[in-house]
Amino acid sequence: MDVTTLLDRLFPDGHDVAVDGVYFDGTGRVFGTNVSVIGTLDNAPIGIELAFRMAGAVLEVVRSHPGRPILLLVDTQGQRLSHRDELLGINGYMAHLAKCIDLARRSGHRILGLVYGQAVSGGFLATSLLADRCYALPDAEIRVMNLPAMARVTKIPLDRLTELSAVSPVFAPGVENYRRMGAIAALWDGDLAACLAEALAAPTDGDPRRALGEERGGRLMARMVADRVRRDAA
Amino acid sequence: MSQATIGNTTSRSYYEDSARGRLLGLLDPGSFVEILPPAERVVSPHLRQLGTPAAFDDGIVVGSGRLEGRRVLVAAQEGGFMGGAVGEVHGAKLTGLLERALDERPDGVLLLAESGGVRLHEANAGLIAVSEVMRAVLAVRAAGIPVIVLDGGTFGCFGGMGIVARLCDAVAMSEEGRLGLSGPEVIETTMGVEEFDSRDRALVWRTVGGKHRYLLGEAATLVEDDVATFRAAALALLDLTPDLSLAALEAEHAALGGRLERFGDCRDALDIWARLGVEEPERLPILDTAEFLDTVRDRRA
Repeated sequence: MDVTTLLDRLFPDGHDVAVDGVYFDGTGRVFGTNVSVIGTLDNAPIGIELAFRMAGAVLEVVRSHPGRPILLLVDTQGQRLSHRDELLGINGYMAHLAKCIDLARRSGHRILGLVYGQAVSGGFLATSLLADRCYALPDAEIRVMNLPAMARVTKIPLDRLTELSAVSPVFAPGVENYRRMGAIAALWDGDLAACLAEALAAPTDGDPRRALGEERGGRLMARMVADRVRRDAA
Repeated sequence: MSQATIGNTTSRSYYEDSARGRLLGLLDPGSFVEILPPAERVVSPHLRQLGTPAAFDDGIVVGSGRLEGRRVLVAAQEGGFMGGAVGEVHGAKLTGLLERALDERPDGVLLLAESGGVRLHEANAGLIAVSEVMRAVLAVRAAGIPVIVLDGGTFGCFGGMGIVARLCDAVAMSEEGRLGLSGPEVIETTMGVEEFDSRDRALVWRTVGGKHRYLLGEAATLVEDDVATFRAAALALLDLTPDLSLAALEAEHAALGGRLERFGDCRDALDIWARLGVEEPERLPILDTAEFLDTVRDRRA
């Protein structure tokens, strides 16, 4: 879905989101609530400049609009793969963005993510995967790597991976797999404004994704292992 | 593990040691207690499904111990098992340990990072697990408990773990340690050898190695490749007070913006080092750690 259509459907009461290249931000109104929007488009690779700009936008919301919810609409093919970005410490810029999002959460901002295009790897890690709740449109794409590349790296035949991906949500790309694993709270379809309003009203407490993943049969060990390490006698 | 006797002191390479070896050398003798040890047989269910060998600790050792008497929780990734990659169980052990810190309130958490990032064999589970680790690290720091990263292993610290490392209070590195997001091989495979030649070892070390990370300020401390010096560095860093306030993040924002302005057009570490005012920057890679620290004093970004 293109950004203009998406924003119109999310914010029927209007919005002032401005696009600048592959970046956009602004404020939308949904059933009387103002929501800050920060996002990227066109499967943008997240390089240092983009991560830095998003972090600045989050800090600006924390400074100027205490408590206002933040909706992350980050469409990304992943972190920018370049020697120059590594040279300048792109991991530090990604971490900074993550810290700013976490600061907003701790300062009382509701943080929501909506995967509307692509969400891949490092670009997903430093943004919507840190939201209180992350949602996705049914035709969005989420992955770490596509299956042919995964077959090359793991040296497991593509046929075998394709076969297994039909039954296991653990490594195959797809929003439904991420829903089963607990990372996607729900898929949004139909009235997106109503979906957003409902998400804004839902209670948040801690990080529920392990429990969700277990409940949905996608991640059967994460919750148990983390709980045992937290509570076992040592 | 390699041991070399210099005078009366025994030097033990951190780079060549195993995760357990590093932990035992780092902590006060007899103080380490492992949680979910290999005897518990908590293994990855996904590797078995793919017909790939599993490890009884899933490549990470977690537990509690003491450092000069101070209480610490510790995690050490084992590069020898799948390059320290993060899967469902591996990530959950790390998250659980960090959450344990919220209950126990130790003097600090030490993370002996050695990882290529997300384990592709269980990619989705690994990616989500890293994000859970990220949130847990920030929760521990927000509770006032410092989280310290030691980075000096064979496989370096990359991918999601490269982000995790920079979420922590400080990173202590050796020259041999490496820190980044996408590894040189990944960039070369995807973007071509002209973008990043992963076989050019000198280029790799001066881009992601300890000396450059120290000069940029990504690593707080640069130490010799020796378990005892890592121990001393960890102990000193335990006194840090975590600060995730708006003011602290605004200061970090200004610093990262300044780095972009000052070095954004640089295409090689040598350009950055020259701009930092280092004379004969091409000599930095051959200096030993002590000479290097002496040469770059007051020259860090």
